[in-house]
Amino acid sequence: MPSPTADLPSPTRPHPVDLLRFNTCGSVDDGKSTLIGRLLYDSKNLMEDQIEALERSADITGGGQINLANLTDGLRAEREQGITIDVAYRYFATPRRKFIVADTPGHVQYTRNMVTGASTANLSVVLVDARQGVIEQTRRHTFIAAMLGIPHLVIAVNKMDLVDWDEERFLQIRDEVESFLPRLDVLKDVKFIPLSALHGDNVVRTSEHTPWYQGPNLLGHLETVHIASDWDLSALRFPVQWVNRPNNPTHKELHDFRGLSGQMAGGIVRTGQPVIVMPGGLQTKVKEIWTLDGQLDEAFCPQSVTLVLEDDLDVSRGDMIVGTDSLPGLSSELSARVCWMHQRPLQAGRKYYLKHGAQTVQCAVTHLESRINLDSFEPEPAPAELALNDIGDIRLRTGRSLIFDGYRSNRLTGSFILVEPGSNATVAAGMLAAPVSAFTPDFAEFTI
Amino acid sequence: MHSYHLDHLQFLETEAIHVMREVAAEFERPAILFSGGKDSICLLRLAEKAFRPSDIPMPLLNVDTGHHFPELNEFRDRRARQLGGKLIVRKVEEAIASGIAVPNPGEVSRNRLQIPTLLAAVEEFRFDCLIGGARRDEEKARAKERFFSFRDAFGQWDPKNQRPEIWNLYNARINPGEHMRAFPLSNWTEMDVWEYIKAEQLDVPSIYFSHQRRCVRRQGQWLPVTDLLPPKGNEPVQDLVVRVRTIGDIISTGMIESPANNYDDIIAEIAAARVTERGSRADDKASEAAMEDRKKAGYF
Repeated sequence: MPSPTADLPSPTRPHPVDLLRFNTCGSVDDGKSTLIGRLLYDSKNLMEDQIEALERSADITGGGQINLANLTDGLRAEREQGITIDVAYRYFATPRRKFIVADTPGHVQYTRNMVTGASTANLSVVLVDARQGVIEQTRRHTFIAAMLGIPHLVIAVNKMDLVDWDEERFLQIRDEVESFLPRLDVLKDVKFIPLSALHGDNVVRTSEHTPWYQGPNLLGHLETVHIASDWDLSALRFPVQWVNRPNNPTHKELHDFRGLSGQMAGGIVRTGQPVIVMPGGLQTKVKEIWTLDGQLDEAFCPQSVTLVLEDDLDVSRGDMIVGTDSLPGLSSELSARVCWMHQRPLQAGRKYYLKHGAQTVQCAVTHLESRINLDSFEPEPAPAELALNDIGDIRLRTGRSLIFDGYRSNRLTGSFILVEPGSNATVAAGMLAAPVSAFTPDFAEFTI
Repeated sequence: MHSYHLDHLQFLETEAIHVMREVAAEFERPAILFSGGKDSICLLRLAEKAFRPSDIPMPLLNVDTGHHFPELNEFRDRRARQLGGKLIVRKVEEAIASGIAVPNPGEVSRNRLQIPTLLAAVEEFRFDCLIGGARRDEEKARAKERFFSFRDAFGQWDPKNQRPEIWNLYNARINPGEHMRAFPLSNWTEMDVWEYIKAEQLDVPSIYFSHQRRCVRRQGQWLPVTDLLPPKGNEPVQDLVVRVRTIGDIISTGMIESPANNYDDIIAEIAAARVTERGSRADDKASEAAMEDRKKAGYF
């Protein structure tokens, strides 16, 4: 294959360090920002000028005491009001891992921010104030983490110093959380850690106050939790993002190059493998897996590559290349759970743009099936509307059929957003129910 | 046996490539902001990774403040030529001459004046999306910025009214006159940038490496002596072995004393650094909310 840049040095050397993304959530005074500040401070990820800036602002607002929360409360409005108004991202590293932290606020009205910060996370840290125990926000945040399919959950029981490091109190809270966990969507891995963010116990260093706790401290857990299996590698899904046609009139080989660029959304693709191009349903084979660094024999989720197919089929953005063994759904009638993110409530009959993978289609919300009561986790049937921060189940009809999986089996091909025409606001995050039946290509009947 | 697991640089790379391709697919007239600085050097490599073997399907844009390090502009022009890319340069001086940018009496810094110059270029070419190399780890206001950051018809950023960004689904819809800023390096740190430059063996402007330079000490920083910044009276001038860690204008970029003259030395130096990258930028020290204010007005 021609490579006009073959003279440039390429292959990325293998790095042993991987990346863990997590978010913190809890209610207003649970100490989320303090916890992140503590993680950064104790793992020596804070710089002198950051500490200086902290001290400068402490003199003005904090009565002389350094406030670790000032590290993440970045905007002036937030510092003045002492709240976190949006998702803030922080970065730190240890020799074992790099970390991206989404600090998501705990106020009731900011559920949408938690969904935003948690949607890409491998792990969620839900903070519980040891004095207050499990409150509505704890249940709500745990529910959202489970709904989003976050593979790992940590219940951080904070402010243990204020309950005299009482083991009984810790166990009470654990029991209370465990009593509602079975009613949530699948949570694979839940860990409880007693800590004090303010004093640093069990955050980066193991506390001497908790001899009764045998587990890892928070950073130790973040460094070692197994995340290599968090992506779906079972069923090949390749949404075509951009058609790569050099159309170079002077370069003969480039003139005929027709590649399909995109990011693997599931599974593994290999050269020579038979694939189906959806929604057309035509079968072909993968001829090449092209990258700037040379051709690959195989590529896996979430790598970005360019596929060249054996046959010159009519393929465009929004189409999906899938394996022949495990086929997605293809339908214009969809069921989904949504988190509503806009002031203007959702009512049945409203029309939106729906963005799913690399395709945007028009859609109408045909039915509001239920609104989830986040105290009882019970669905309340047939609500009149879904308001800001509500979570509910809806049915939609799309102007073009969607190629999709259930969110439970693939977070990338099972998710969508709704965009309001006119304002262009992102009004909802949606998770699709599994397809009623898988797509059946026309040729299937001939191969039986 | 293949591990089927990406390391952190590979993950950041595939995420950034995905963002670049979304921009190419969703917008009619995007451009890449290319200054020749280390972050935008990574952007160009990522554009190659995203679009080759095709040509990079968008021009490169730079706002020249007139206070650039000459080494930077030389590098910018050379790199654009190598890539076969179209480079558009708009100058603050010309914006001042035509009344687009109006300096305050006695205003020496070109920092604020970049903003109207950039927004005029957006109007001139009707750009609907600018890809920039900003990173969330640089600064507290940037920590809250989205990958796709919406700008209204005045080019303003409204931090309280950002579109939620969920999974990898970016809402790219805008109305006429509005535009988007896209930041593929949002999740990269300064260390990631240098590790990537090293892994990809990317060429960078010479001033990132150790060299000799005449400097004066002002407000705790070593500033390079130039025609724009001559020593005052009998201010002592020192001949130092220095390099830049981040590049702003030549009158406000603090030089750091350093013997680092290759990628490994720079990476080791960053690993041991005790101040942040922007600690050497006088423009960010004005107030704790300096960046927030400039971003709201339309800064990159």
